[in-house]
Amino acid sequence: MNNLSNNALYHYLIGMADDALVLGQRTSEWCSRGPFLEEDIALSNVALDYVGRARMFYQYAADVEGLGRTEDELAYFRDEREFTNLLINELPNFDFAFSMVRQYFLDVNACLYLEKLSLSSDQHLSEIAAKAVKESRYHLKRSRTWLVQLGQGTEESNRRMQSAIDELWGYTPEMFIMTEAEASLLATQVSVDRKDLQQQWSATVTADVQEANLQIPDQQWQVVGGRDGDHSEHLGHLLAHMQILQRSYPGLEW
Amino acid sequence: MSDSEQAVFDRRIEAEQKIEPKDWMPADYRKNLIRQMSQHAHSEVIGMQPEGNWISRAPSLKRKMVLLAKVQDEGGHGLYLYSATETLNVTRDEMNEALHSGKAKYASIFNYPALSWADVGAIGWLVDGAAIVNQISLQGTSYGPYSRAMIRICKEESFHQRQGYEIMVVLAKGTAMQKAMAQDALNRIWWPSLMMFGPHDSESAHSGRSMQWKIKRRTNDDLRQSFIDQTVPQIKFLGLELPDPDIKWNEQRGHYDSGEIDWDEFKRVISGDGPCNRDRLRHHKKADGDGQWVRDALHAYHSKKDAVSAA
Ligand SMILES: [Fe+2]
Ligand SMILES: [Fe+2]
Ligand SMILES: [Fe+2]
Repeated sequence: MNNLSNNALYHYLIGMADDALVLGQRTSEWCSRGPFLEEDIALSNVALDYVGRARMFYQYAADVEGLGRTEDELAYFRDEREFTNLLINELPNFDFAFSMVRQYFLDVNACLYLEKLSLSSDQHLSEIAAKAVKESRYHLKRSRTWLVQLGQGTEESNRRMQSAIDELWGYTPEMFIMTEAEASLLATQVSVDRKDLQQQWSATVTADVQEANLQIPDQQWQVVGGRDGDHSEHLGHLLAHMQILQRSYPGLEW
Repeated sequence: MSDSEQAVFDRRIEAEQKIEPKDWMPADYRKNLIRQMSQHAHSEVIGMQPEGNWISRAPSLKRKMVLLAKVQDEGGHGLYLYSATETLNVTRDEMNEALHSGKAKYASIFNYPALSWADVGAIGWLVDGAAIVNQISLQGTSYGPYSRAMIRICKEESFHQRQGYEIMVVLAKGTAMQKAMAQDALNRIWWPSLMMFGPHDSESAHSGRSMQWKIKRRTNDDLRQSFIDQTVPQIKFLGLELPDPDIKWNEQRGHYDSGEIDWDEFKRVISGDGPCNRDRLRHHKKADGDGQWVRDALHAYHSKKDAVSAA
């Protein structure tokens, strides 16, 4: 990498690529396991959007890095400690409620974030964001609908949704932490200030959660570290699955 | 009265006109259609599992997307076919129950495991390839909704077969290990693919009636022969060994001859002793059971909304 700002841009892109790939991989696990066929198909669509997004970020990261690495080398030949995705993205799909609440929290953020990123001074990033924000708006429509329907549905669905919110709540603050790379790219208007989004995110989520007959937990807690490679134990298993063929037979075409 | 209804039905079948849901049809025709169409729908859905087994492990991001899109398509095919079958006054819940109780079958091929990445290639190439041969002929089936579902499905299937064959091409041109992986997949999946066309015409329980009613348009053996004829040159192109030493071009017939299928294995696997029969049903039942509370909640939510808007 030829200079510092390229180095920052590379790390910034890798974080977003890892976010997208890890969530795409998780979401794809729903394929053939959805609560009914239509939803199974819709979940695969969401997973496809995320893997597609990951590829755009990895390809760009590989370009910026300039070492001739490919999207697949970045996805398949980095270890847990080198993955810098948010922790919330790597948590297993404990149940449908958990996956939908996670998706909803992330979708609200993604819509706010990508909208701003589509104004990035970096043209390539702004193009990726402009495409991705359209997908995320559609994802949010879906996940918000699930939040309301399952929150207001039965006693059991309400209980499951509440417990998903409680279990996920402490993973949401990480969405608003700026990495060093992101902060250094703010001056040139390449990146987006995550902290600026937190208030609107909270306001939206609070209103929607209320409409769904659910509650924002009053106990505040937080777990962070994904951006520094400090992960849960879940990520290693996800990567072990994902990377098995490439790692077993390095350098082959598939 | 019923005589003349029967006569109208017979004339329409004779004249290659489609039978539509509101038309009178013999009870056995309906029963036969429900059996075949629901089996077809279940096959699409159960068929998501063996390939789905490799989505998490696909060896590149591009392959992951292609495979995910392919498996998702199969779910969509299941959906078209369930909807088409519902026009015969049977509900999706009833069809699901019949699947879970073992009363309804699905294609026996899906009781075999996908053990290597090459299996994903071989499944797309051979299993979808065999399905296409069958489904193209079913575009001309006499029941309108079934025919239209087949036309829609066939449009998507060629992509399925292409992505599978492309995986095989890459493996066959790859390292010795990759080529061996491809050969092993071909050897294992070849015979069950031939079994997909069902028993010999002389042994087939449902075939005669279905042909008369034009539910089926070509016989099992006829379809199987087409599949063999189109696939053998593809095996040669890949540079793989033929999975059956008896495959030989027969100048006189203008077709490939081939060895006899192990029909004992066919019967064994169909009746439950295949390597994955139990896994496939357990997986499907688990997803169904895990999703019960979601469907209940959706139902409750909409009932409440309806009650509010009615008030
Ligand atoms: Fe199929
Ligand atoms: Fe299909
Ligand atoms: Fe297919």
